[in-house]
Amino acid sequence: MSLENKNIDGEGINASQKKETALANLKYLIVGIFFGIVFVKAEIISWFRIQEMFNLESFHMYGVIGCAVAVGLISVQLIKKFNIKTLDGEKIEIQPKTFNKGQIYGGLLFGFGWAITGACPGPLFAQIGTGATVIVVTLVSAIAGTWVYGLIKDKLPH
Amino acid sequence: MSILEIIKEPWPWYVAGPLIGLTVPILLIIGNKSFGISSSLRHICAACIPANISFFKYDWKKESWNLFFVLGIFFGGFIAAHFLSNPNPVEIAPELSEKLATYGITDHSGLVPAQLFSWESLLTLRGFIMIVVGGFLVGFGTRYAGGCTSGHAIMGLSNLQWPSLVATICFMIGGFVMALLILPYILSL
Repeated sequence: MSLENKNIDGEGINASQKKETALANLKYLIVGIFFGIVFVKAEIISWFRIQEMFNLESFHMYGVIGCAVAVGLISVQLIKKFNIKTLDGEKIEIQPKTFNKGQIYGGLLFGFGWAITGACPGPLFAQIGTGATVIVVTLVSAIAGTWVYGLIKDKLPH
Repeated sequence: MSILEIIKEPWPWYVAGPLIGLTVPILLIIGNKSFGISSSLRHICAACIPANISFFKYDWKKESWNLFFVLGIFFGGFIAAHFLSNPNPVEIAPELSEKLATYGITDHSGLVPAQLFSWESLLTLRGFIMIVVGGFLVGFGTRYAGGCTSGHAIMGLSNLQWPSLVATICFMIGGFVMALLILPYILSL
């Protein structure tokens, strides 16, 4: 059993041990809807915007990611400093990221895919929602990529 | 201008960026969840085709919030495109427009260029590489890296995790190499 199996994102040691009910999961659906709307309205899911970013022809994507990190960073530091709890009163736990070479090799490979498709995993779902049905094929291929990684991960350098 | 008209305009980076950043504390506070989207692909593998691979043998149902989240992103895309869409053509950088025209990409009407990503183009070599190979690299690369733009670049950097900085730098290097050095050849196919 690999270490990573116990290290699934969002699955901290004290983080929400209880299984969420379908009703409780609806709140994530709602946050997702809000998020999907932002994705489309800010044109983050646009293939053209991603090309502009990698061709240094527009500041837009740098502005979006920069602001998102700044707000996220301030929020996380405030949560830690004031020991803010979840709505259910749990202590907020964030799993630390441990370094392995996968972040380099995998990161480069994802960067290739990002520039080709103009999409990270989140935008794929939003693009399909906007009616670009062929992106279902991209999504299935991304799922296949994840599956092949799982199949051969022990043979890859980490 | 009415509020709806303002919403229908493309949102500037200084509005969209902070809204995306707010997803981090919202998910933490409503359910102790760390923002990350590529994990959903792993959960789909675990749910549908675990094939006795140890990497996919875990209780994916406990992580199902992530699947609800991406389903929401899908609906959000639908809502934005059908009820909040910008009536004007999408503006793109003139340098990019000129460059793309040399590859026959002249239609900028959609967020996803129909001349590259369509069911017809799937049967061409260029379309196959863009749609199928590109998607595979996204899924394989993000899992190998242990996260994507959301999990590493936003959540990881927000939590001051240096491995996430390494990953983010590599995402960008990979993107630059592809967009500047390799993609021109693919687009010429």
